Amino acid sequence: MSEFISSNLQYLLTGISVGGQYALIAIGYTMVYGILRLINFAHGDVFMIAGLIMVYATASLPIYVSIILVLAATVLLGVIIEKVAYKPLRSAPRMSVMISAIGVSYLLQNCALYFTGGLPQVYPEIPFLSEKINVGPATTPMVTLVTPVLTLALVIALVSLIKYTKVGIAMRAVSKDFETSELMGIKINSVISFTFVIGCFLAAVGSLLYFTAYNSVIPTSGAMPGLKAFVAAVFGGIGSVPGAVIGAFIIGICENIMKGLGWTAFSDAFTFVLLIVILLVKPTGIFGEKSTDKV
Amino acid sequence: MEKRLKAPVAPEKKIGNIIAVVLIAAVYVLLYLLDNVLPTNSVTTMLIPVLRKGAIYAMVCVSMNLLNGFTGLFSLGQAGFMLIGAYSYAIFAIPAEQHAAVYQYFEGGSIQFSIPQVLSGVLGESGGAFLGAIICLIIAGAVAAVFAALIGIPVLRLKSDYLAIATLGFAEIIRAVFQWDGLGKITNGSNLLRKYTSFSDMRVHAGDTTIKFDSMFPFLIAMLSILIIVLLVNSSYGRAFKSIRDDEIAAEAMGINLFKHKMISFVVSSFFAGVGGALLAMFQTTIQAAPFRSTMTYEILLMVVIGGIGSISGSCIAAFLYIACSEWWLRFLDSGALPIPFVDASIPVPFFRDGFRKVVFSVIIMVIVLFFSRGIMGDKELSFSGMIRKIKNRTKTAAAAAGEEDAQ
Amino acid sequence: MSERENILRVEDATMQFGGVVAVNNLSLEVNKGEIVALIGPNGAGKTTAFNVITGVYQPTNGKISFQDKPIICNHPRGKMAKGYKGQNGERYLHEHTLAPTPDHITKLGIARTFQNIRLWKSMTVFDNVLTAKHMRAKQNVFSATFRANRKEEHRMREETEALLREQDLWQYRDDLATSLPYGLQRRLEIARALGTAPKLLLLDEPAAGMNPQETLELAAFIHDIREKYHLTIFLIEHHMDLVMNISDRIYVLDFGSLIAQGLPSEIQSNQHVIDAYLGVVEDE
Repeated sequence: MSEFISSNLQYLLTGISVGGQYALIAIGYTMVYGILRLINFAHGDVFMIAGLIMVYATASLPIYVSIILVLAATVLLGVIIEKVAYKPLRSAPRMSVMISAIGVSYLLQNCALYFTGGLPQVYPEIPFLSEKINVGPATTPMVTLVTPVLTLALVIALVSLIKYTKVGIAMRAVSKDFETSELMGIKINSVISFTFVIGCFLAAVGSLLYFTAYNSVIPTSGAMPGLKAFVAAVFGGIGSVPGAVIGAFIIGICENIMKGLGWTAFSDAFTFVLLIVILLVKPTGIFGEKSTDKV
Repeated sequence: MEKRLKAPVAPEKKIGNIIAVVLIAAVYVLLYLLDNVLPTNSVTTMLIPVLRKGAIYAMVCVSMNLLNGFTGLFSLGQAGFMLIGAYSYAIFAIPAEQHAAVYQYFEGGSIQFSIPQVLSGVLGESGGAFLGAIICLIIAGAVAAVFAALIGIPVLRLKSDYLAIATLGFAEIIRAVFQWDGLGKITNGSNLLRKYTSFSDMRVHAGDTTIKFDSMFPFLIAMLSILIIVLLVNSSYGRAFKSIRDDEIAAEAMGINLFKHKMISFVVSSFFAGVGGALLAMFQTTIQAAPFRSTMTYEILLMVVIGGIGSISGSCIAAFLYIACSEWWLRFLDSGALPIPFVDASIPVPFFRDGFRKVVFSVIIMVIVLFFSRGIMGDKELSFSGMIRKIKNRTKTAAAAAGEEDAQ
Repeated sequence: MSERENILRVEDATMQFGGVVAVNNLSLEVNKGEIVALIGPNGAGKTTAFNVITGVYQPTNGKISFQDKPIICNHPRGKMAKGYKGQNGERYLHEHTLAPTPDHITKLGIARTFQNIRLWKSMTVFDNVLTAKHMRAKQNVFSATFRANRKEEHRMREETEALLREQDLWQYRDDLATSLPYGLQRRLEIARALGTAPKLLLLDEPAAGMNPQETLELAAFIHDIREKYHLTIFLIEHHMDLVMNISDRIYVLDFGSLIAQGLPSEIQSNQHVIDAYLGVVEDE
């Protein structure tokens, strides 16, 4: 066992780190789904755009200013997307909203393609995060160790926000029953906007960590992490924040162990196998609540 | 009791049918001319690929519409089934002597025959190519359908958005499997498949003259496929599909087995997606698993939405428009300059560079999705008899109005 | 009661959702040719009982037979075995479990309507009824697609026409089902259910939203279709006039349990029923 761990330490560390990054994206999915019952297909692309903003911002601004700019701009982008693409379709069938989300995803990818000219953009080195350190036999950038810690800190903050603040209570109410909460005087639109703010903020943090580890951004960089984060959210029980986080860590670790075992070709596919297995065995995920259709 | 069921066919309908037949004939005459007579110039070099690709995408869109529009199943697995079709076609249509070259990294592969070639031995070169290609297309559809049936058993029990994400997941798994080196002897791993029978092999030699079917062949297959889907949609099963889309619980209560009917729709849709993928392989002359990712499904879905969810003619129109815009009419957006019509000159526009076309395109799509969510056709069909009736009514009212004026 | 041929028999049916018992140990019988009503205050579990009979929900415990053949049977299992709050949990432990989907039940000859009308909204009146005929048509997807089922299709269309004419809906045949006025939508839903050629028809609040005149007509209509199609009718209803007027027998449900059964006159004077239910009505 210890031999397995030491020979695969590199993969294990990367797995935990990637899991943390997926977790930060997955929270955005799970919260939006909890409230709007919408798979926000554009969320992964928002994450990619956050990476590109960082690339362009650091070209002319100091790194710390850029980081703040990335966080602010990503949040703004998320809120704009919600207002423009999802809000007008609030009473439309669910399929239309999903199609709108797919449209936004397509738009963001094409914009990225246009601005980058299709060339991979080199992600700037962030001091401290990019430094290499040795953990036992493995060498890894600092970001690998920072990610899980930062993720857990943010998740704890978020969970207490949902549990104890007024906004958090409103969010839980809206996710339980949209119409009734509206009748009870909850300002639906601001709750939804706030959900997008949190989701996009965490995605932006995730992008800082993810791209520091991966070094470059391309227009489709967001698609796969986005899908995997969504799978993580489903795995953990969609609508549940801790569920999404646990799901994300499991997926990140499994995926990298697959790579360690020489099954790189199937590391992406494995995530989806996991998804299908969970959908069949327990469609509501590990922490999801059961719901029955009313006839 | 009057027999309304066997009412004589309305004259509008007769005329409508005649117009439709004439139009289809005209299309084939045009295709014949494009394939055989017309010289290559700047227009035909753009028009020909747009028509071929448009026909292929039209049938893929219609197959997706059968599922998403008529049965109400939000499935995002189309690219996966197209991939299966494309590979199944190519694998059985690579001539034996080309195997060593194509499968150079996998010792020439394990399948050492080609269906068109085997048939050529019996039917002659052109007969073998035609029949071989058709058989391979059917195999392509059948393999996709078998995969769909297997995938359908677990996923068709899932509800709307879970179904979407599960089918998307399966498409990704399929792509990974086809790219896997372990199957390299059959799929060539992540390398290209090429040299298989393509549209340019669709020729008939009559004495000294050769008739080319390069564009007519994909149109023929696409039209036949769409016709079959139209027949299905308008049959008793089509009505059952629509009832499931409208209200699953009521459909089940009226004796419609949800699983069986969803499965039929899923399998048929995947069959034609597979055939469409195979046609795409023929069109491109080389095929690789990499481009068949979720973006491809999204594009097809967006075409269906532009045409109108639940409208077959809408899907067809949208597919041709989409392909024409992206491959031809909006090309200038990528070229760095705005061409002035009818004059051989253009105004340089600095932001017209690579990728701008796609940005404009996706903005148009968003506008359609947000403000014209019914698309071009809504859930109506293009009908010539309907048009004639409308024109007749209009002229009638106009005549009546004129008559009134005269009387005054 | 047993001089007549039994058509539906529910034995010990319990439906428990999590910790909530919606239907508790319900046993009832409906005989061939009868009109039987199931009444009870709001939330008594009437619609749930219908959903159990038609296979929408699998009962937690109990057995349902149609024409003396068991069609649904279950006993508490898994987690539910521990948390089961109903009675007779052991009775069906060793019986063969039967959990058919609703379409199987319909195929056996039980059709239903819904409390909140569920017509197919994008389809015409004609197609709504025609689609109900799909189940019994002798065809498969190939014969239907390639029009090898012309005879069958023709027969379906003729039967649909006949049904719509009988129900006075023929003039609306090309209208969208949802464009009809409310009362006609209810009638169309019944016509659609008749399209499946049922032996037993379950009506879930057929008079909901109707005025007294329409309710009166409905009573005649229900009698009428029973004669014409040799039906047995089991209905849920709130309009007491209608129930007392047309029912041969009545079952009364309160908080999921059966509190009374008998002839309309017996029910009218039953103290339990008056306490639980009729008292509430008189308050209005």
